[in-house]
Amino acid sequence: MSEERELLDRFAGPEEDLERLGRRLAERAEAEGLLEVAWRTVESPVGRLLLAATDRGLLRVAFANEDPDAVLADLARRVSPRLLRASRRLDPVVGELEEYFAGRRRVFDLPLDQRLSTPFRRRVQQQLPRIPYGSTATYREVAVAAENPGAVRAVGSACATNPLPIVVPCHRVVRGDGTTGGYRGGPAVKQLLLALERGERPAA
Amino acid sequence: MDQPFEVAVRDHGAVVLRVCRAVLGPGADAEDAWSETFVSALRAWPELDPAADVRAWLVTIAHRRAIDAVRARGRRAVPVAEPPERERGDGARGDGEPELPDEELWSALRSLPDKQRRCVAYHHLAGLPHAEVAALVGGTPEAARRASADGIAALRRAMARAGRSRA
Repeated sequence: MSEERELLDRFAGPEEDLERLGRRLAERAEAEGLLEVAWRTVESPVGRLLLAATDRGLLRVAFANEDPDAVLADLARRVSPRLLRASRRLDPVVGELEEYFAGRRRVFDLPLDQRLSTPFRRRVQQQLPRIPYGSTATYREVAVAAENPGAVRAVGSACATNPLPIVVPCHRVVRGDGTTGGYRGGPAVKQLLLALERGERPAA
Repeated sequence: MDQPFEVAVRDHGAVVLRVCRAVLGPGADAEDAWSETFVSALRAWPELDPAADVRAWLVTIAHRRAIDAVRARGRRAVPVAEPPERERGDGARGDGEPELPDEELWSALRSLPDKQRRCVAYHHLAGLPHAEVAALVGGTPEAARRASADGIAALRRAMARAGRSRA
């Protein structure tokens, strides 16, 4: 049957056709209001980042240590399976991240879709941008700021599960003993982000 | 269906494109049918049964969109229209690189009766069982089996003739 296979393979056409059709599909889907979750990847000094957004705003930032297929499957289940690779909606995010990694941006100015966080975690995460660029706060300080001083452990888990790392700066929250503490992207990434904000340029 | 639609495009985009090209020829009509297929599928995706055979479902949609495309061609009514000059296998779409399979294949395909061509597309290219092909094109599964076997044999003969005349 290999002769037949060979014959049938001649219908395939080049790979670029599918890429072009895929882009066209994403544009059509966006225009017709069918693109509920758009995603793309971007290279950065902390590795490849997966970005996903709804029409409300940025929904998810994932580091390279998370399996992209698992991240997308989770978003499909929890937000919408109408999910496609599409760049345009994420262009402003990519622009601000580039400025951030170049040391030219201290505050992100992006609409966020925080529906992946529970109300308590969202409240904690909303405190985080108040920690100024280049400085840190302890888990306890954040718990006090969130008007729940007993909730140090819960603050820890709100940081550990932050669906929007970098943009919502959970990397600025450190342990009371001065050590860096855990991070969704791994401790090395956390240290790199803190060093960047201290003005030490990463070797890109 | 709660899987990312992205996965359906990635896993089945190529098969659907082959089917559209086999039914409609290698031109813009096939690409439009591909786009219409996936837009319709995206619209219906959240309601699709998670146990559904996604490829067969997409091929069914492609079948309908291809019928729409043939209707839209109106009364030209050639089963597979002559491809526009720029999309022939002998030339290229601009950059000198032949981007689509050769003209021999498409002309062999054009020579098949419409039903045989669809049966070849749905069975041999998309892998649907004869019973499902019959549900799409009408008639019995046995007739669909015969049509796809006759179609693929005719294609082979035509390709062999073209190969000999080239040699």
